Amino acid sequence: MTTATERSVPKPVFTDAEAGAKEFPDSTARRFNYYVPQKRKQTHYEDVTVEVQPDPRHYLAQGWLYGFSDGRGGYPLDWTVLKAWGSDRPEPVRGPGSGGKGYEWPAHGWHEFRDPNEEWELSLYRYNANVVRQVGQNVEAARRSKAFGQWNPNWVRFVERHVGAWMHVDHGLGLYLFANANRRAPTNMHNNAISVNSMHRIRAAQDLALYGLTLSEEIDGFDGSAHLDAWNSDPAWQGVRETAERLTAVDDWCEAVFAANVVFEPLVGELFRSHLVQHAAPRNGDFVTPTIVGAEEYDFSERDLRYTKAMFELLTADREFADHNKRILHSWLADWVPASIAAARALQPLWSQPDAKPPRFEDALDSAKSRFAGIVTDLGLETPKELAQ
Amino acid sequence: MSRQSVARAHQKIQELSWEPMYHEPVSHYGTDYTFRKAQKKDPLKQVLRSYFPMQEEKDHRVYGASDGAIRGNMFRQVQERWLEWQKLFLSIIPLPEISAARAMPLLFRTVPNPELHNGQAIQMIDEVRHSTIQQNLKRLYMNNYIDPAGFNSSLRNFQNDYCGTIGRQFAEGFITGDAITAASIYLTIVAETAFTNTLFVAMPAEAAANGDYLLPTVFHSVQSDESRHISNGYATLLMALADEGNHQLLERDLRYAWWNNHRVVDAAIGTFIEYGTKDRRKDRESYAEMWRRWIYDDYYRSYLVPLEKYGLVIPHDLIEEAWNQIWNKGYVHEVAQFFATGWLANYWRIDPMTDKDFEWFEHKYPGWYDRYGKWWENYNRLSTPNGHHPIVAEDVDYQYPHRCWVCMVPCLVREDMVMAEVNGQWRTYCHEACRWTDVEAFRPTYQGRETPNMGQLIGSREWETLYHGWNWADVVSDMGFVRDDGKTLVAQPHLNLDPSKMWTLDHLRRMDPLLSPNVLLNEMTDEERNAFHAAYIQGGPAGRPARTDA
Ligand SMILES: [Fe+2]
Ligand SMILES: [Fe+2]
Repeated sequence: MTTATERSVPKPVFTDAEAGAKEFPDSTARRFNYYVPQKRKQTHYEDVTVEVQPDPRHYLAQGWLYGFSDGRGGYPLDWTVLKAWGSDRPEPVRGPGSGGKGYEWPAHGWHEFRDPNEEWELSLYRYNANVVRQVGQNVEAARRSKAFGQWNPNWVRFVERHVGAWMHVDHGLGLYLFANANRRAPTNMHNNAISVNSMHRIRAAQDLALYGLTLSEEIDGFDGSAHLDAWNSDPAWQGVRETAERLTAVDDWCEAVFAANVVFEPLVGELFRSHLVQHAAPRNGDFVTPTIVGAEEYDFSERDLRYTKAMFELLTADREFADHNKRILHSWLADWVPASIAAARALQPLWSQPDAKPPRFEDALDSAKSRFAGIVTDLGLETPKELAQ
Repeated sequence: MSRQSVARAHQKIQELSWEPMYHEPVSHYGTDYTFRKAQKKDPLKQVLRSYFPMQEEKDHRVYGASDGAIRGNMFRQVQERWLEWQKLFLSIIPLPEISAARAMPLLFRTVPNPELHNGQAIQMIDEVRHSTIQQNLKRLYMNNYIDPAGFNSSLRNFQNDYCGTIGRQFAEGFITGDAITAASIYLTIVAETAFTNTLFVAMPAEAAANGDYLLPTVFHSVQSDESRHISNGYATLLMALADEGNHQLLERDLRYAWWNNHRVVDAAIGTFIEYGTKDRRKDRESYAEMWRRWIYDDYYRSYLVPLEKYGLVIPHDLIEEAWNQIWNKGYVHEVAQFFATGWLANYWRIDPMTDKDFEWFEHKYPGWYDRYGKWWENYNRLSTPNGHHPIVAEDVDYQYPHRCWVCMVPCLVREDMVMAEVNGQWRTYCHEACRWTDVEAFRPTYQGRETPNMGQLIGSREWETLYHGWNWADVVSDMGFVRDDGKTLVAQPHLNLDPSKMWTLDHLRRMDPLLSPNVLLNEMTDEERNAFHAAYIQGGPAGRPARTDA
């Protein structure tokens, strides 16, 4: 015998609460009305990003509620010395009967920045999942076809030592420069773009480390820890290391992002990845390493540099502070260009290590410099004289 | 990747970190905690090679469900009573999420353990995920739900509304002040470990009961990242406990974080679950029952108490007191009643309670009707404009409360209200624990010990101050909570969308001006203030003024 006790579950009810069911004030007002889009129409990216991080200069009526020990809360504009128009407008003062309104949105120029990559949840996971899948498949295909067996001993030494050393740059900058900077910028658009940049670098570091793990298993005598020795004590790497460490020590978040993505990456990162590894590998029978290093190259040149340029273009063309910003950016160039060129030059011995040599170091450096000069010019800045070093 | 290969991969990526030889990374954030370098293992061993595809797969499910909901006309079955409260909830929650992302670097230099930094960076990007996926859900509601008002102005409203301001603590507390207090104790040990279950599990279940299965899809996906974050916090907590000198600070921070989370989260989520639902099955769990299970049993008994043996001083008294507030002092009911009293200053519609609701409340919370029933009958009676004022300006045996300077929820359990004079200003607090937070915890010394890195409470913390002496119509216009005809309010004390039944600025124009309780308090003489306090704590429950005839 069975007893039919009715299960207790909520019952569906017809409510007709869907869009368009009735007409009344606001019944068709179906767009976020608290910001002005960059182009004519609001994008999906803007809708999920803009204004999530508030600003006391427009809507944050009661101000920030929790501060550091010095009494400052939120995202102070002076965490960088660069300025966007309106940066000097004071925060509205509140008191009895003051009301809660601030300046008209956007209140200052920082809020005009949009990430041209339109990175948000959906795009960032789709992109990075594709990269790790592709990298994994490339390595797996190479393993099955015994492609690593084609490598000559000198090339094995080169990969274990020098390709491996680069993972430390990625990891250090990913965490202590980019992830660190995601707390520093005055808008959600900046900080989200920076956090995505951070994940590119950390992922690239892990891509290289895990590639090393596979190679240790596939190639007899591959020293999976040689990268540590190169990073810790090879004189060729100490210039890169010192510069990378100095980058993580920068206090000003704009300077950190600028020095890393506008100066260091084109002059050192691309020099190493594109002009050394990508050119030397095929000549030494290695068609796999370029796909891994190439993924990171693509991250930088197609995505991270792209948002960085959009970010600084706004500042060098700012209607109020263009000159102020350019003056500072030029001083940063004067500081970081020589440091980066010195780091690049210290890497020169690497060019002679593989059996089949890549194109000459000086030619590679010249290409890197002209690429860098192009970026600087696009930003409306002068090429620094230190580039001749 | 197989489990074994993940373990090997994780082992390998430990080779990535290095000690600086030439320059120390910048140190932006301070803490009064001390840590010894220790190799605490990252308990979850997350490697990006498996992490990114895993998250992408979760996304497929979420976005597949979103498409399905629209194709399947989900909004024909959604309860408006429920979705209106989402205008508040989904305006608040993307900020705490993104603030959690921003909080992660506070731990880099202060917790000297590179293995944990990896997990923190992944948490950072998880939180970017949570924030944008929630914004996306809100956008979907705006586009497909009958009444987009309040969704369409969400992030402006949230930032200038007093409820938003209460909720904002649940974000700003993560990113400022002492780095460990904020990013570890307040964020991970209390907010995530204790309260995300009510936020992301209990609340979605209620959404589903109200015809909305998208909220559960999105929030369960969010919650599935939470166990990793909880582990990050646990590892940091064990490191902090290893140093005796930290125990006093841990005790302070657990007290502050526990109490503030209780005040803020229970106010909001309790109201959504109890007053935002149409599901009045007698066997559905009340918020109090859920709280007992998720927070008291799972968090307090199973997570916190076992840490006592490592020297953690647990605020047993405040945990029992939070339960006492919820069960005996009607905390959630008092808050819901206040939100409904002030409906006109908000940006969502609040449905009156019906006999069916009354019956459920009486069943779950015996004695409810005697306390709150009359008031809700008045709310119902005054819900459509008919020559009278909004309920806040009518005589319904309700005394407009003073605000708590710390948690910014008003002092609703009247008997608990305390006052203090701080920096020349008289402040009211909802409870002794909130007074302690302001007067003792958030100070540069604590129990005689220097705490130079402790944060400060800042801002214009009483909303009414800003509008002291203003006409209500101007207040609502100033905040922008007006629909596109230029006069109908976004907020309404009912769900009827017939324009002739909706309140407009013209109705508010006739009311007496808004007065700030705190400004008035500071205009009193000592004698008046003492008399005021004595009467205030005689008031309640349900906001009833003290009887003067007795
Ligand atoms: Fe989260
Ligand atoms: Fe309070």
